Amino acid sequence: MTFDALVIGGGLHGLSAALQAARRGMKVALVERDFLGRHASGATAAGVRTLGRDPAELPLSLEAAETWHVMEELVGDSCGFHATGQVQVAEDEAAMEKLRARVEGLQARGMSHEELIGANELKSLVPAMTGPCVGAAWTPRDGAADPHVTIRAFRTAALAAGVEMHEQCAVTGLSRREGTWIVTTSKGAFEAPVVINAAGAWSAEIARLAGDPLRLGLKHSMMIVTERASRVVAPVISAMGRRLSFKQTDAGTLLIGGGVQGRIHDDGQSAVVDFAALALALDTTRRLFPWTEGLRIVRTWAGMEATTDNHLPIIGFSNRAEGLIHDFGFSGHGFQLVPSVGRVVAELAAEGHTETDLSAFDPARIELERDAA
Amino acid sequence: MTTDVVIVGAGPAGMAAAIELRALGLSVLVADEQPAPGGQVWRGVERNNATRLAGALGTDYARGEALVRRFRDCGADYRPETQVWQVEEGWKVFLNQGGKASVATARAVLLATGAQERPVPFEGWTLPGVMTVGAAQIMLKSGGFMPQGPVWLRGAGPLPLLYAQQILALGGRIDGIIDTSAPANRAQALRHLPRALRDWRSLAKGARWMRELRRSGIRMVKGVSEVRAEGDERLTHVTWVEDGQPQRAPAALLLTHEGVIPSVHATLSLGCAHDWNAGQRYLAPRLDTWGETTRGGLFVAGDGAGIGGVDAAVARGGLAALGIARRLGDEVDGDKRAAFEADLSRALATRPFLDALYPAPEGRIPDGLMVCRCEEVTAGRIREAAREGAPDPNQVKAATRAGMGPCQGRQCGYTVSRLIAEEHGIEAGHAGFFNIRPPLKPITLGALAALELPEEAE
Repeated sequence: MTFDALVIGGGLHGLSAALQAARRGMKVALVERDFLGRHASGATAAGVRTLGRDPAELPLSLEAAETWHVMEELVGDSCGFHATGQVQVAEDEAAMEKLRARVEGLQARGMSHEELIGANELKSLVPAMTGPCVGAAWTPRDGAADPHVTIRAFRTAALAAGVEMHEQCAVTGLSRREGTWIVTTSKGAFEAPVVINAAGAWSAEIARLAGDPLRLGLKHSMMIVTERASRVVAPVISAMGRRLSFKQTDAGTLLIGGGVQGRIHDDGQSAVVDFAALALALDTTRRLFPWTEGLRIVRTWAGMEATTDNHLPIIGFSNRAEGLIHDFGFSGHGFQLVPSVGRVVAELAAEGHTETDLSAFDPARIELERDAA
Repeated sequence: MTTDVVIVGAGPAGMAAAIELRALGLSVLVADEQPAPGGQVWRGVERNNATRLAGALGTDYARGEALVRRFRDCGADYRPETQVWQVEEGWKVFLNQGGKASVATARAVLLATGAQERPVPFEGWTLPGVMTVGAAQIMLKSGGFMPQGPVWLRGAGPLPLLYAQQILALGGRIDGIIDTSAPANRAQALRHLPRALRDWRSLAKGARWMRELRRSGIRMVKGVSEVRAEGDERLTHVTWVEDGQPQRAPAALLLTHEGVIPSVHATLSLGCAHDWNAGQRYLAPRLDTWGETTRGGLFVAGDGAGIGGVDAAVARGGLAALGIARRLGDEVDGDKRAAFEADLSRALATRPFLDALYPAPEGRIPDGLMVCRCEEVTAGRIREAAREGAPDPNQVKAATRAGMGPCQGRQCGYTVSRLIAEEHGIEAGHAGFFNIRPPLKPITLGALAALELPEEAE
């Protein structure tokens, strides 16, 4: 089977790259070891957040933010996105000072997506947050989406654009011959001049098979889902200097996370919840939302995600394996970036270059000696 | 706190194992959700044996008190009204006692968590006024609850017959029983009769129930189709089709039962290997002769090991105790082992006969039917999601929310897997089951936050 591009990994980044490459007229196949969205894309809190982004990510993040508001144009579905805003609260003056410095820094560079609000404004924005806060940074155009609706929408759009999809199809080897990648899988061999490595937690393994060993860590962020709550919390809430992400889904359940880490399973292929760690991480939730005390936890989980040394993703051509594009390492905050990073990667695949500055995402910083692999 | 063994469940298997382990000198903690020992089968037996309920519930019920008494005296650290909401390898058992969460560590764990009734959706099954026979029997044993009429029973298996017989003995009234088992199963079952005769007492008991029910004048309906519960706000009628003719009867309470299946959430969540019982359409953990799972140190006894009934549960509890002691370094008493194995073999003699008589129901589930009650997902929606992707229940769960509610997939899990298998044309059982996400039982945020940790975990 011969294609113009083969995408490895059926998470949202793989789907977005496949969709946008196919829209550029390429013949694209996508292979997924489990099923679409099995790992990080299905385990995400699906925050659509420009708030508090690393400045290096902001151009891609602000581009993506615009797309989220017109997501129907990209995939024919809103993906359950609601612009409820995101709020990062400060529980004390020291935290507020950090928020102030950041927002003023952004404004000095002409960026106005983050605003500062005081305690009273915060109270009227989130009346259900009864814990004490001195103020917050607030991004009214941010919000959250539904991860499963998003996966389905990207899948449907990619299929309509002509992407050929193979689930339960595991990659077993990559070799390069006369300008073409030959990718062997559990369902036969695929050939394509360009391979997009969007394998999330397994990206380093794919890179190694392609002769480009990289240093990549794993993250197992845990999430809690409660039963439906009677109070309403519209924006997504985080707290400066605390591990908290708190949001209410359309179904009324609360989704509480914030980067507390689970453990890797014995099989090395999935993550498990660590209740001891989770128990120690509920302090901020209890302070800000004391009424959650009696709510029942109905589900928890831990995701599998690749993380890099400085938490910035790897996006761009491999420096050592020709025709291999890396698209991973989002370190727990890649969901919002799906539309814009897919656009960049599709451009690289189709044109071989892009106008977008990718220097902060260059794989060089995590390359390992080839002998070491 | 650290003990040699934590046992989850104080039913026949858990109690028998605790007694045996204590006799071998091991320390034992037994956590159970009920206020008193006995499990489902002997629920409330100490209290009820002193009341007028005793005679009606039968001698098989009353005899449970003897084991309960031995259990109370065995020296196990017994924790009633305690939920086990998580088990982690190593072994850590997370307890919730009246909203207070803590962790017990142990060298081995025995799951004696029993069975649940097989959920089988049919039209009207979510209406108020429709509940399971098992739930009604729990209410009878725990509060002397008598069903108020008109009362109908619907389903298959020994439990509806036993329950009807108990209600009659208490002077209650059952208006009718709709037997949903297929008449063709009887011929299949007869092949297993010779082996079943090893336990002729149980067969005779079943025959006696049938005789008494027939004599009582209860309306017995058989070989019918399209049984439905009807009503706007709550149940008012039960309807069915008999010989091509629609039938309708007033009903205030419809009790349903389609057999029981092992509780497997804990063993699934721990990644133990399971086997598919094709006739009964359930998963059961793969166990060695001692009841040890594929995870060393984790044992299962009782109906959670595969449906076998109360006497099998007691025998398996004893075997598991010997197996645990063996794993912890003790020598096994060969005579004891042989005695437990003989008990188990006799107790399982009627099982092939009963399984053939009452296989899992196979009728097509209509698209409009609610399969996941918690999240209100229909069979049609599940079929649609199944067709859209790989034959994996987790994908269907993600796409539809089926299985995401507070029951954690205990009600819809097998139905979802079955619909997926049908849509993909694969064998039932090959579609797998939901990944079980912790906690095993819902726990409040406050209780988790106040979790008392053993020192090494902090």
